[in-house]
Amino acid sequence: MSTIVAPAEVEIRQPEPEEGVEYDRPWVVIVWNDPINLMSYVTLIFQKLFGYSLAKATQLMLQVHHDGKAVVSSGNREKSEHDVARLHAYGLWATMQRD
Amino acid sequence: MKIERDPTGGVRLNFDEGELLLLRELLGELEALLEEPDDPALRRLFPPAHDDRESEKQYRSLVRDQLLGGRAEALAVVRGTLGRETLSPKEADAWLRALNDLRLVLGTRLDVTEDTDFDALDPRDPRSRDLAVYAYLSWLQEELVEALGVSSGS
Repeated sequence: MSTIVAPAEVEIRQPEPEEGVEYDRPWVVIVWNDPINLMSYVTLIFQKLFGYSLAKATQLMLQVHHDGKAVVSSGNREKSEHDVARLHAYGLWATMQRD
Repeated sequence: MKIERDPTGGVRLNFDEGELLLLRELLGELEALLEEPDDPALRRLFPPAHDDRESEKQYRSLVRDQLLGGRAEALAVVRGTLGRETLSPKEADAWLRALNDLRLVLGTRLDVTEDTDFDALDPRDPRSRDLAVYAYLSWLQEELVEALGVSSGS
């Protein structure tokens, strides 16, 4: 999958101080519980996409299952959008938001 | 049906004729559906990434075609390897995605919930045939995940 560039961040301008803080705030990628994806499948995909150990991938999957959602990765907007797209390619219900 | 881990990191599989026939039929249905990308049955394959409408529009325009292309490609790999006895790791990955897409579309149509009881299917229920197909696909995917999970080690 090619790199995703978010045009909004390419724009260069002098940020106001409070905007600077806003700009630096990382994004988090959230996976939501759904009744269709198998628990074993979700665990495997977390390992595959993020290189997580079986223990960590299982713990995140259980968090999704029991709490309804879990943060599975974080970073700048571009990286997060890339992660969401990869999760969507595997059929997981992922969204992103500012931390 | 049998799916086993292959020493090369792929999988060995063995389907009977009836299973191959069913899988071919299901692939055809999803292939046709992907030609109609606005069909509501596909909504679960393309969930929103953002709450914010503007960001979501931007996300869609960047990735929608890639996601659609990837899905069609995975279906084509499965179609091309149906009946084969071994799958490479890459082919097995396409199978994983395609089987999951089939389950997502069928499960959404059937309104499957975590409480759906597949052991108590009522033959008089008009959904019973599709629910049985869904349960079969779930079992197949579970077998494939298990075979791949062992080989991936950690």
